[in-house]
Amino acid sequence: MAFKIAVVSGKGGTGKTTVSVSLSNYFQRLWGAAVHLVDCDVEEPNTALFFPEKNMRSVAPVYQEIPETDLERCTFCRECSTYCSYNAIVVLPSVKFAQVDPNLCHSCGACLHACKEDALHLYQKQVGELRHYKVGATLKISEAELTIGSAMQTFLIRELKKTIGGDSDLIIYDAPPGMSCSVVATLSDVDLVLVVAEPTPFGVHDMCLTLDLLKELDLPHGVVVNKAGMGNDQIYEVLERYQTPVFGRIPFNRDFAHAYAQGLLSSLDDDPMLKWFRRILFEIERRMPAYERVDHSER
Amino acid sequence: MKTVITAAGNNVSAAFDKRFGRAAWFCVYDHANGALAFEKNDFADAQGGAGTKVSELMVEWGVGKVISGDFGPKAKDLLDRFKVQMVVVEEDATVETLLERIKKQ
Ligand code: SF4
Ligand code: SF4
Repeated sequence: MAFKIAVVSGKGGTGKTTVSVSLSNYFQRLWGAAVHLVDCDVEEPNTALFFPEKNMRSVAPVYQEIPETDLERCTFCRECSTYCSYNAIVVLPSVKFAQVDPNLCHSCGACLHACKEDALHLYQKQVGELRHYKVGATLKISEAELTIGSAMQTFLIRELKKTIGGDSDLIIYDAPPGMSCSVVATLSDVDLVLVVAEPTPFGVHDMCLTLDLLKELDLPHGVVVNKAGMGNDQIYEVLERYQTPVFGRIPFNRDFAHAYAQGLLSSLDDDPMLKWFRRILFEIERRMPAYERVDHSER
Repeated sequence: MKTVITAAGNNVSAAFDKRFGRAAWFCVYDHANGALAFEKNDFADAQGGAGTKVSELMVEWGVGKVISGDFGPKAKDLLDRFKVQMVVVEEDATVETLLERIKKQ
């Protein structure tokens, strides 16, 4: 079984994706681990963009089933509309009109259950696409992209996660930004959560919201302070108050940002990020059960 | 015919609410008998679909004209389809001011 890590941040732009990409990089190089990087930001998947040398393994559409009203059978009783908690059904008895809005429907099936006239029939609507890639022998990348206008983010994330096998040593879920249901869907069944936060007042505020959520979900977690040195030390006081461990700090430096953006860290010897990530990897390892395939010879 | 004005509160001195689907209240004026009623909008806090559901209400109430600030695209489609006239008012006003205006028409 692979160890599953989710990388989250309270807001966009904290460097969450660069941290996920870097982690997958160091896990492979320092531990010789097989890594599966999964981009759960289905509205704007961008993780795979960091890997121009990737090979596409498969692409598959994902469908949801949406009911459609059969006006021949419908008696305009409004039962289905009352059952729909997503406000997706409009029924106007006075003008004999009934319609399901496919962009609001969450495929919960309640209306089908409610209709006694067998007036609702299902059809398939595409909500997104799953894409799987491979980069070299030890990295797999998977992503899903939501069809524009669809409200099925969490469904698509769950479908994406279902396709992720356990044959890697580590699975890294790059979560969508913010605190939405999509984030909760990403976090379900992970072993460890890494919160990427910026040491600015806004960053701290958003981080606290994320930490509250993680406490509520009762998930083991720690914080990586990205762009450390940029704001003030308030973040460390807050973390102490929350009794949340700091897994590491990554200093703010334009060249580093460039280095990871390029994904071109060819030699470990002159890699300026290495020492910061070693610490983070160490903190993660302390929270893992022993993994036989992890090769520690390089440490 | 009935006319609806989207309202922030449940009386005529309340402010005109420019959101159609998410207005707090609906001021319903019946031109036939001059009756005035305030109905609470149960969809004001809906996650999604407020515009459609409120349009549904308008048709079911037999409303001929709605005065609001911003109708979403879905609400527009439905109201158009069932010949409910949409009047967009962009100025800040009280319900009373708008009410006086429609009574004169
Ligand atoms: S399947 Fe669920 S969400 Fe979709 S229309 Fe029916 S009740 Fe509403
Ligand atoms: S429950 Fe069935 S019959 Fe009743 S309005 Fe809905 S589709 Fe029509």
